[in-house]
Order: sequence, then C-alpha cells, then structure tokens
Amino acid sequence: MSAVLHYLPLLGVAVVIIGFALRYNPVPVVVLAGIISGLAAGKSIGDILALLGTSFVSERALLLFVLTLPAIGVLERAGLREHARNWIASLRGMTFPRLLIAYLGLRQILSMLGLTSVASQAQTVRPLLAPMAEAAAEKRGTPLDINERNDVRAFSAATDNIGLFFGEDVFIALGAVLLIQGFYAQHGIELQPLHIALWALPTAIAAFIIHALRTLLFARRLDKSGQAGGSIPGGSQRTAADAANDASH
Amino acid sequence: MLRIEHAYWLTALFLVGTAVLNVRDRRWAHAAFWAVLATLLATGTPIIAAAKAHHALPAQLAGVGVIALALLSPKMLRGHINERSEAAREADALRLGHRLFGPALLIPLVTLLVAVLGGYAVIHGWHLFASYRMTLTGLALACVVALLAALWVTRARPSDGLVEGSRLLDMLGWAALLPLTLAALGGVFAATGVGTAVADLVRMLIPVQSALACVIAFGLGMVLFTVIMGNAFAAFPVLMAGIGIPLLIHLHGANPAILGALGMVTGYCGTLFTPMAANFNIVPVALLDLPNQGDVIRAQWKTGAALLVVNLILMYLLIFRF
Repeated sequence: MSAVLHYLPLLGVAVVIIGFALRYNPVPVVVLAGIISGLAAGKSIGDILALLGTSFVSERALLLFVLTLPAIGVLERAGLREHARNWIASLRGMTFPRLLIAYLGLRQILSMLGLTSVASQAQTVRPLLAPMAEAAAEKRGTPLDINERNDVRAFSAATDNIGLFFGEDVFIALGAVLLIQGFYAQHGIELQPLHIALWALPTAIAAFIIHALRTLLFARRLDKSGQAGGSIPGGSQRTAADAANDASH
Repeated sequence: MLRIEHAYWLTALFLVGTAVLNVRDRRWAHAAFWAVLATLLATGTPIIAAAKAHHALPAQLAGVGVIALALLSPKMLRGHINERSEAAREADALRLGHRLFGPALLIPLVTLLVAVLGGYAVIHGWHLFASYRMTLTGLALACVVALLAALWVTRARPSDGLVEGSRLLDMLGWAALLPLTLAALGGVFAATGVGTAVADLVRMLIPVQSALACVIAFGLGMVLFTVIMGNAFAAFPVLMAGIGIPLLIHLHGANPAILGALGMVTGYCGTLFTPMAANFNIVPVALLDLPNQGDVIRAQWKTGAALLVVNLILMYLLIFRF
C-alpha cells in the first residue's frame, strides 16, 4: 500500500475539524466524518453503512442515562431546584471561596455517584451558582465592577466543568469507565469497571486541590481590588502567573 | 432474570413516549428523531448478532437509521417547552423541603447496591440479575424505583413522569445523541485504519523503545485529539488503538486499567482547552452573558494545564508498576 493511501483515512479527522470550526451541528459532521473515512479506506457503501450501524448500536449503553430524566423531571416540577437554592442561600458564613470550593467538591462527589445531571451550566450555574457567587464575592464590602462580575461568572462555569469532568470518570455505571471497559473488551482485554474507576481517583483528588487553590487565589485578588477601590490595573483577566509568563518570554 | 436488554427496551419505550408527545404537538422532526433512535435501541442486540453471523442487511439498515438521525439533528430546534410556573414550584419546594432530595439520591444508591450485591441475589439457583453489564441493569432499575418514589413524594400523576421526562429529553435534543455518535465514530476510525495511521505518524516522530516517550506521546496525543474533536470519548479509541495497546500495553507492559483511567482523564484536561466542547465552554458564555467566546476557557485552562502535568507524572509512575 502506498504511503498516501495509508494516511488517506485521516481525511475523516479533517472533516471533524472543519465542521466544528465552522460551527455546524456536530451530529451530521461526525457521521459524515465516518463516511468519508470509510470511503478513503476503500470500503464499499454497503460496508460503510454496516460499519456505521454496528459501531452505533454497540455503543448504545451511552444512551441509558436518559432513563434518569423522568424521575428528575418530576422532582424539578415539584421545586427541586428552588429548594436547593433556598437551602444554600440560608446557610450563613457562605463566603465566595467556601461556596465555590463546596460546589466543586459536591459536584465531584455527585458525579462520582452518577448524578451528573443534577447540575449543569443551564440548570445550576446560570440560575444558582453564578448569582450566589456574585453575592458572596460582594461580601467584601464593595460591589463588583463589570470585568470582575464577568470573571466571577466565568469562574463559576469553569468550576462546574471541572467538578463534573473529574468526578464522572470515577462513576462505574456510565460514561467514561464504561467506554474504557467496552473498548478493551472489543480488543480482548476483560476488566472490571470498579478497577478502572478507582485509578481515576488520584486525578480527581488532584483536580480538587489544584482548583481549590486557584479559587482561593482568585478570591484574594477580588478582595484586594475591592480594598483598593476598583479593578486591578491592566485588566482583571490577568493574574500574577500571567505577568510571570510575560516576563519570562 | 433482569438483563441489560430490558434496560434498552425500557429506554426505547421512553423514547417512543416522547415521540408520541411530539406528534401530538406537531413537532415532526423531534417525533421522527426519537422514533428512529428508539428503533435502533430496541433492535441493537439482534443487529449485532446478525452482523456476527455475516448477515449485513440489518446492520446496513441501522447505518441508514444513523444517517437519518444525522439529517434530522439540525432540525431539532429548541422550541417552546412547557414548564410549571415558578410560583407553583416555589410553593411545592417550601412544602416538601429536603424530602425532594430523597428520590434523586435513590438513583445512585440503588445502582451501587445492585453493582455490589446484585451477584448474590440468587433465589433457588435463579439469578435475579444477569452478570453481563449488571451495573447498567441496576441503573435502569434504580431509575424506575426513583421515579416511583418521586411520584409518591410529590403526589404527581404517573403520566407526569413521561411528560416531565420528555420535556428534559427535548431540551437536550441532539446533544443527548452526541456522546454516542462520537463513540461510534471512534469505532469507525479504528476500523478504517485512522488509529494505525496516527500510530505510524507517532512512530516516525518518537523513539518507541523509550517508555517515557510513549507515555508523553500518548498523553499529549489524547489532549490534542480531544481539543480537535471536543470530546475525550472520541479521542480515546484512536489513541488507544494507535499507541496505548500496541506500544504501551504490548511493548512496554503497561497495566490496562490504570492506562485507561489516566488516559481518559488526561483527555478531559484537553476538554477544558477547546471551543469544540461547545456545551461546556461556549454555551455558558451565552448563558452568562459574557463578552468573549473564550472567557470560560480562560478561567479554567490553568487548572487543566496543571492537572495535565500531574496526570503525565502519575501515568509514568503507575502504569508500569502494577
């Protein structure tokens, strides 16, 4: 086989890059990438359809999470989200770093238990965490300026992502662990889900420590600029680490 | 005996219910989407069995179904979704309090229970749970138990389970399908030699006899592919087939469980860097009314970078030792 033919299936990867860069709907982009990659590998249309079909149904366990929706939906209808917000808001002594670090830890633990869908950017960050984080940050005595407010919101969104990613990987029944187990099974290596999940724990702990430290540093920066009576000169997006990076270049 | 197929059938039933509700609202694209997906889900086991017996037709029809889903996805616009008024929800929340958390916690609790103890549930030699994918069967059972508990706590009608579940499912729309589609793409990439092409590129670039070089190539490859694809699930099969299995496991004797777990979380670091992971990094920019597309990524990339270093070190220290 010539070298060019060998690398031709990589065209499928190019389709994904271009499709996502142009912000097309990802589902047709991904399916098209599969078809292109199959054609580039010299497969017939029939073979490609069969490959697409078997690959898809082999991974159907990834769809089982939707079974949680009826129960969650009924609870939401009865005010689950409202109750969670009222409860957290009634807790005194809830400072900005405590709030975000507690959320990070809680999100990680809930994700580890498979409760990934109890929180999300749309469900919790926008209506709950971001407003609460802004309010907690303003306990410093001065209101946030617009840049600081945006930073607090972005940091809240980031905290949700990090809590989700580095908790979900430890849950045994769905998502990452299952994908790993399924992949190895296809390649003749049989593993227990629990065995895989446990080895994701060190990273989950490291993620908590690193992001908690960054939260504390961010909170201190907010408090300092509050005492100085305004935004940090040079823009609130910058940190000491940024300055150090610039200096080293 | 409860088997994983029962979980798939139950899910298919829920999808059919959602399709019917969408037909009633004349949302044809949504109805067709969920109906096709329900069919694929319910018939998955015979499709795979037929393909193994070299009957290609059912798998080819499934392939046509996947293409239909892809064509329907862009038509799944988020329309008006009925939700109960906030005042009514607030009143219920005050009345029910912490009792609302109970049914939600039943889902992980029952799942864990089945995962840990399900193998011992034997009555007169009759196994309650089939051992194949027992945890997932447990999850399906847990969802049913949680729904019953939720209906009991909130005094809602059983039909509310379908209506509210469908509301959330329609809200997710095609996004519910994306992880599955990306995982399937990984399978296609592996079968069409994308993995080996990547592996050959890597072999040209690194000294494969060096375990450290392979670890770094695998880890950074996971990050790079995740950044490109926006999803570590899609990167995993490619990098595993290209570097993980042939070089790290077979050549250098790495432990597969540790390599899999750490490889995946290394990919997750890449998810924190990329606008391709739109639902995590771009959607919140819109939701939170932030000025720049990169604002969420800017807030989280340093955590991701530090964690990437930690993961590479853990990988090098652990996978060859256990």
